[in-house]
Amino acid sequence: MTLELVCPAGTPAALRAAIDAGAHAVYCGFNDETNARNFPGLNFSRAEMADAIGYAHRHDAKVLVAINTFPRAGDFALWTRAVDDAAGMQADAVILADLGLLDHAARAHPSLRLHVSVQAAAANADAIGFYARSFGVRRVVLPRVLTVQEIAAINRDIAIETEVFIFGGLCVMAEGRCSLSSYACGNSPNMNGACSPASQVEYREEDGDLVSRLGGFAIHRVKAGAPAPYPTLCKGSFEAGAYRGHVFEDPVSLDAASLIPQLAAAGVTALKIEGRQRSRAYTQAVVRNFRRALDAHAAGRPIAAGELRALTEGQQTTAGAYSKTWR
Amino acid sequence: MTNRVSEHPSIPRFPRSGAAALGFAPLLPLNLAAGRLATSLARRHPALFERLGEQAGKNFVIDPTDMPFVFRLAPQPQAPRLRAERRGSAGAWDARIAGPLAALIGLVHGAYDGDALFFSRDLVIEGDTAAVLALRNAIDNEELDLVEEGLALFGPFAALAALPASRLATLVGGLAGVALTRRSGGSFA
Repeated sequence: MTLELVCPAGTPAALRAAIDAGAHAVYCGFNDETNARNFPGLNFSRAEMADAIGYAHRHDAKVLVAINTFPRAGDFALWTRAVDDAAGMQADAVILADLGLLDHAARAHPSLRLHVSVQAAAANADAIGFYARSFGVRRVVLPRVLTVQEIAAINRDIAIETEVFIFGGLCVMAEGRCSLSSYACGNSPNMNGACSPASQVEYREEDGDLVSRLGGFAIHRVKAGAPAPYPTLCKGSFEAGAYRGHVFEDPVSLDAASLIPQLAAAGVTALKIEGRQRSRAYTQAVVRNFRRALDAHAAGRPIAAGELRALTEGQQTTAGAYSKTWR
Repeated sequence: MTNRVSEHPSIPRFPRSGAAALGFAPLLPLNLAAGRLATSLARRHPALFERLGEQAGKNFVIDPTDMPFVFRLAPQPQAPRLRAERRGSAGAWDARIAGPLAALIGLVHGAYDGDALFFSRDLVIEGDTAAVLALRNAIDNEELDLVEEGLALFGPFAALAALPASRLATLVGGLAGVALTRRSGGSFA
């Protein structure tokens, strides 16, 4: 069975770049708080989404609409409207995290394919089985905390498809449950759709160092010439006792290209590339590289890995939790 | 286990001798062209300005660090302004985007990824980060071609100007080390 390559698109141009580079499916969101990449100048208007779905279908690709933030109390209609509009535009699936929204989608649009977002942090077969039984969910995007062996065990015990991240920015926290950004700037990544929202980020060159501030708090100081990270607290540099450095995690990105055969053997259906906030240059390069890797795997050829480090946060890559080791 | 990259992407720098010569050139011709380009962009690419949203009211300084001048951009849809200024004379701004000319042009043409240039420190951003992101995303989505935009300034004579413009782009692009044009695209047709 050929693995499905699920690729990010923050703009219509990036969607075209992804499809032209060989994406089987593209995930994207509306330009509001209903998706977890609610950044300035990013995402799709209703008209752009409808056009994008048409383009994808003409090129035998799918569009999966991410509506994966958690609705605010009293403002549920913004999220249900997004689901209704995606269904009306013939989206191939919606990616949801909230139980209430899954319930709405299942009742209002019984033929709409439902995927559970990584934001739901469904990390065991019982939780996934609940989503499948209750809402007819067809696929779950697994959190980035599982080993390949754990993914194989889950796949043995569930009857729906699994999708896992293969490349891109790496959250070290449980997705959908991390509130670090909220502490610094008051906006919830899980409800407002932006971790470290740009309006709260400030960069300043000080004596050759790059200083990053989030919500007014200095969270990182990078020496001249050293790679810069995203301005997230989890990749920040702090003092803890006598230690000064990355307390939670180094600035590093996921690249599990070398694990494609193992992930396929573990029963995974789809591989996801992170990066809806990135440019079409990133999308084109990464999608082309991974489509080549999947084609090589399908043909039984060796997979070239590690060619994309220059595009990654921290200019470093890791296999993440897929290959857990002590350090 | 992590794997660290051994080198940053190599971004070409504009030749110092050329930059020094341009330092003595008057800015008036460049400003006349820049002003007309901004007006033309607003007419030809209204979606770019729509995507900027509330950030269209911000003042940007685009700083090609290997050139003797910077560009000041005020992308209000009704009256967009773009003008060149000597680096030392640039006044207040909301956001500054700085990097080699080749990197900035490569961003416009979709040849480089902005985040990757930021990670590698080839691109420096300061000030209003939301404004910078909005501008980056709006330009990236528009799939601009600087030579095509320049030719549009010639109106009905664009076809006549195409060949010399292409030769000039090849010459200047060779000096700057970056393609000044890109293959056309940009619609869902």
